[in-house]
Amino acid sequence: MHLHKYEKWWLIFGVGTLITFLLILGYGAFYLGTHPQSHGITIDPQEIEAEESFKPENLGLTKVDEGQYVLNVVASAFNYDLGTDEEGKPVKHIQIPKGSTVLVQAVTPDVIHGFNIAGTNANMMVEPGFISSMEVTLNKAGEYTLLCNEYCGSGHHMMFATVEVTE
Amino acid sequence: MMKKKTLPNSSSQEPNLKGTIISVSIVGFIIVASWFAVFGLFLSR
Amino acid sequence: MAIEKLLKYEQDSRFPLTLSKSESRLYMSFISFAFIALFVGGLMGLLQVLVRSGYYTLPAGIDYYQVLTVHGVVLGLVLTTYFIIGFQYTLMGKTVGISDTQYRVAWLGFWVMTLGTVMAAITILYGKASVLYTFYAPLQAHPAFYIGLALVIIGSWIACFVNWRQLYVWKKKHPGEKSPLLAFMVVINMIMWFIATLGVAASVLLQFIPWSLGYAATIDVLLSRTLFWYFGHPLVYFWLLPAYMAWYAIIPKIIGGKIFSDSLARLSFVLFLFFSIPVGLHHQLTEPGVQTTWKFVQIILTFMVVVPSLMTAFSMFATFEISGRRKGFGGLFGWFVHLPWKDVRFLAPFVGMLAFIPGGAGGLINASYQLNSVIHNTIWVTGHFHLTVATTVILTFFGITYWLVPHLTGRKLTPSVNRLGIIQTIFWAIGMTIMSAAMHIQGLLGGPRRSSFSEYNGSEQVAEWGAYQVAQAIGGTILFIGIVLMIYIFIKLAFFSPKGNEEFPIAEEEKDAEPTPMWLEKWKLWVAITIALILFAYTIPIMDIIQHAPPGSAPFAWPIGNN
Ligand code: HEM
Ligand SMILES: [Cu+2]
Repeated sequence: MHLHKYEKWWLIFGVGTLITFLLILGYGAFYLGTHPQSHGITIDPQEIEAEESFKPENLGLTKVDEGQYVLNVVASAFNYDLGTDEEGKPVKHIQIPKGSTVLVQAVTPDVIHGFNIAGTNANMMVEPGFISSMEVTLNKAGEYTLLCNEYCGSGHHMMFATVEVTE
Repeated sequence: MMKKKTLPNSSSQEPNLKGTIISVSIVGFIIVASWFAVFGLFLSR
Repeated sequence: MAIEKLLKYEQDSRFPLTLSKSESRLYMSFISFAFIALFVGGLMGLLQVLVRSGYYTLPAGIDYYQVLTVHGVVLGLVLTTYFIIGFQYTLMGKTVGISDTQYRVAWLGFWVMTLGTVMAAITILYGKASVLYTFYAPLQAHPAFYIGLALVIIGSWIACFVNWRQLYVWKKKHPGEKSPLLAFMVVINMIMWFIATLGVAASVLLQFIPWSLGYAATIDVLLSRTLFWYFGHPLVYFWLLPAYMAWYAIIPKIIGGKIFSDSLARLSFVLFLFFSIPVGLHHQLTEPGVQTTWKFVQIILTFMVVVPSLMTAFSMFATFEISGRRKGFGGLFGWFVHLPWKDVRFLAPFVGMLAFIPGGAGGLINASYQLNSVIHNTIWVTGHFHLTVATTVILTFFGITYWLVPHLTGRKLTPSVNRLGIIQTIFWAIGMTIMSAAMHIQGLLGGPRRSSFSEYNGSEQVAEWGAYQVAQAIGGTILFIGIVLMIYIFIKLAFFSPKGNEEFPIAEEEKDAEPTPMWLEKWKLWVAITIALILFAYTIPIMDIIQHAPPGSAPFAWPIGNN
């Protein structure tokens, strides 16, 4: 099979580019450890409270150390449960100091949801049966919208909260 | 017929595809540029 | 019918056959169905962009997601499948012929698919299946929806069997000859489709139907998603390959050129067969239950499937350049200036090709592992596939329609319809540029897909998305005008154009082209490699998913209002 000289050039360039992309991604993944979330820890979707992190009193943002937080979330149609404040009202607004690392852990007792702090890399699927988790560092101050970006039913677009990254 | 039209100094009997190689280079540039743009966005977030 | 035609068939394997009246009716049935779908789905698209602009609410309490389900199912699944099967039948009829039995079985396939489509459509219209075209468990639709989908798949398998048989019979009659290029391509596409749909069929038949009927209490959500995406990625190549068929083997004729390289065209199709299927995990990158290593392995395979598209890009430009130069248009780009811009049969697919440049670049970004978290489930993705499927593929299909429909109905493509077609193409190009660009940008800013209008928390960030949603409404409205124009053109070509003989353009090879090597016809080897790659890419992930499965999910019907 005959290839034109220029087609050879083009394919060498193209394949070289693809390999370069893969090397960059592979370096990020396997050397620096930046993967999209996937650790495959399972949970019984009907008994999420059996897991310590998802007991009602443990939901929401908890400071574990200087600049280190854990954010436990229960996503259900059509709400993010981030725990309650002192007055017993549901939390819909959380504040995180800029630059701190947050371990996000999310589960669902019902259908598939999304977990996206819009405009950041904190983007996960939340599926019944699995604990979704990833560590994020929010470096830019501002008000972000935490929203559901996987269709979960008629109120899907009403599922949100606010994440404020403070100076 | 096709084989008569060759590059002036090309040794093989190949059609002149200068325009083609320029066109696909533009395509390649768009691919690389947009990939690195989003890669930069990923790193900056 | 076909026996007689095969006798007329000359030694030259590229000599096209004629299509009989009854054959034409079969092919037109598929294509007409596709255009009905285009109109219905386009109307839904218009409603979506209007709702999302924030200035319009749906009347009579219609649910946005019901509208979106119709849009996705009718355009993504029905329009594409019907048009493709119809078009591919015409290619087979033209190059290898169809026997009476094959013809009857083909009709059976049409009716099975149509029964399934009607069942699914009724369920959706009754609001019992607002699950979107991906029908992710544990959202639960009425069983009739899943049964309808199963019938559509089974009906499409009948088309696979017929197409394979058509080529098989031809090859028996022409021992030692290479199969006609277009027949080769159709059969590759149908092999890919068959292997891919086995996944979704398994999921629908073994998981969804028993579960929705109440025979199974729970469903393995991750397994169902993995089987869906095992099918979902080759699905997009099933859409794309018929467009490539037209690019490789029909467009050269329209522009007065020859096929650039018969063997490279075949090779790229074989590569598509290999690498289209073992890549579905790239749709599941942000999921918790899939191992990272296997995600990355499938990313590598995904990058491999870019290679045949790179080959195609080169072939297209080369075809244009060679035929332009042959006509005497010199200089670096003289050939480009002199392409037949005023011939809609060329212009529409050409705009489709252009759209594939940003479309392909975007696809590479989507598949780039970590980068996926920048865009996953944002409206960027919607912008992306409105370039690839709703522009590249659809405009090529429109480009085919301009000559195929009059060819089938014994009419002519008149200059006035040609002019209207050019206007249609321009509308599509402008509308899609606006809509898709706005979607891409809004997606990078974090705006979600599959979402009705919402102010969310009323933050500045969300307010910023508003302008882009308005832009999408403007682009979408222009697109809808394009759809109305296209429907008008279709009706005109099918029923009202003057009688005549419209050419079915099939390009030929150069007289002195290098002969195509016979190893390209090693069908069994191609299928074996395809299966081996699938087993490699999927065995361990799927075993892992099954072995480490969490307790299954009970059905949830209320979130979609199916109670
Ligand atoms: C008038 C022309 C069109 C308009 C205005 C339009 C608009 C839209 C919009 C706004 C969405 C996203 C809605 C959302 O995510 O909430 C969408 C989704 C979609 N569109 Fe289109 N579209 C048009 C034509 C097409 C065509 C021709 C096709 C296919 C051939 C197509 C296939 C799809 C698919 C598969 C989805 C995904 C549905 C889902 O996410 O479930 N569209 N369209
Ligand atoms: Cu949700």
